[in-house]
Amino acid sequence: MTDFFNMGGYAFFVWTSYGLAFVIFVANIIAPIQRKAAIIRQLKRRQRRGETT
Amino acid sequence: MWAFFHRLASPRYFYFFTGRLLPWLGALCLSTTLVGLYYALFLSPPDYQQGESYRIMYIHVPAAWMSMFIYVLMAVAGAIGLIWKIKLADIIAANSAPIGASFTFLALVTGALWGKPMWGAWWVWDARLTSELILLFLYLGVIALNNAITDPRNAARASAVLALVGVVNIPIIHYSVQWWNTLHQGSTVIKAGGPAIHISMLIPLLLMAAAFKLFYGWVLLMQARCELLEREHNSRWVQEEVLSD
Repeated sequence: MTDFFNMGGYAFFVWTSYGLAFVIFVANIIAPIQRKAAIIRQLKRRQRRGETT
Repeated sequence: MWAFFHRLASPRYFYFFTGRLLPWLGALCLSTTLVGLYYALFLSPPDYQQGESYRIMYIHVPAAWMSMFIYVLMAVAGAIGLIWKIKLADIIAANSAPIGASFTFLALVTGALWGKPMWGAWWVWDARLTSELILLFLYLGVIALNNAITDPRNAARASAVLALVGVVNIPIIHYSVQWWNTLHQGSTVIKAGGPAIHISMLIPLLLMAAAFKLFYGWVLLMQARCELLEREHNSRWVQEEVLSD
């Protein structure tokens, strides 16, 4: 197991690459979820005020 | 078949069709990623020259492929929007840019992280690396244009023209390793005479490439649905969708 995390001495390079990929993937998933929630919130507020635009 | 695509171009139909598709696409993407990672990190053998460091390839190469694939798709969608004035094509083009930029960034950074231990340098002004960096700037240009122009039609037109002009960079990236004497290695998978990579490394690479492609489709559809809600906020189906949420 230690061997696995050590990656033959290249641990920093390998795990930084995989870690960055993970961060970028998660950010790309969260962005549209937050965007949709913000849009729905805004449109609901407009509906309550009875606006049409 | 054509009738289906025709209906899909209608915002309301697209929204509800992709709404049903998304959970399946997400599940497929996640499972392909997990299987791909298992192959990439556990099943594939270490490289005879590079040891374990070559495992960066399973992130770097799919990310670089996606950076070019998304760019071409964005330019084609932009052209379709320019010629036939299909709103959905504009939306696909505009929302592809940030995803494409993040894959380009990932390819560049993982390239540096692989270059340092193998070449002894984080960065060299080699033709392959430089043309990929230009690709990142093209993406940033498209994003900036889309954000700077308020009228969605004008924004789509301007960014489509920029994207189409920038397509010239795609063959330059692909052939840079042949045209110039680069430090970056030549093509291994997409080349005449078939892939020069052992099957035990090719399978995880292709799995990761499939996972990245599915991820792009998944995120793109989520973003496109958001933009449809924004643009169509006065239409009846959006009002009903908001109430039911």
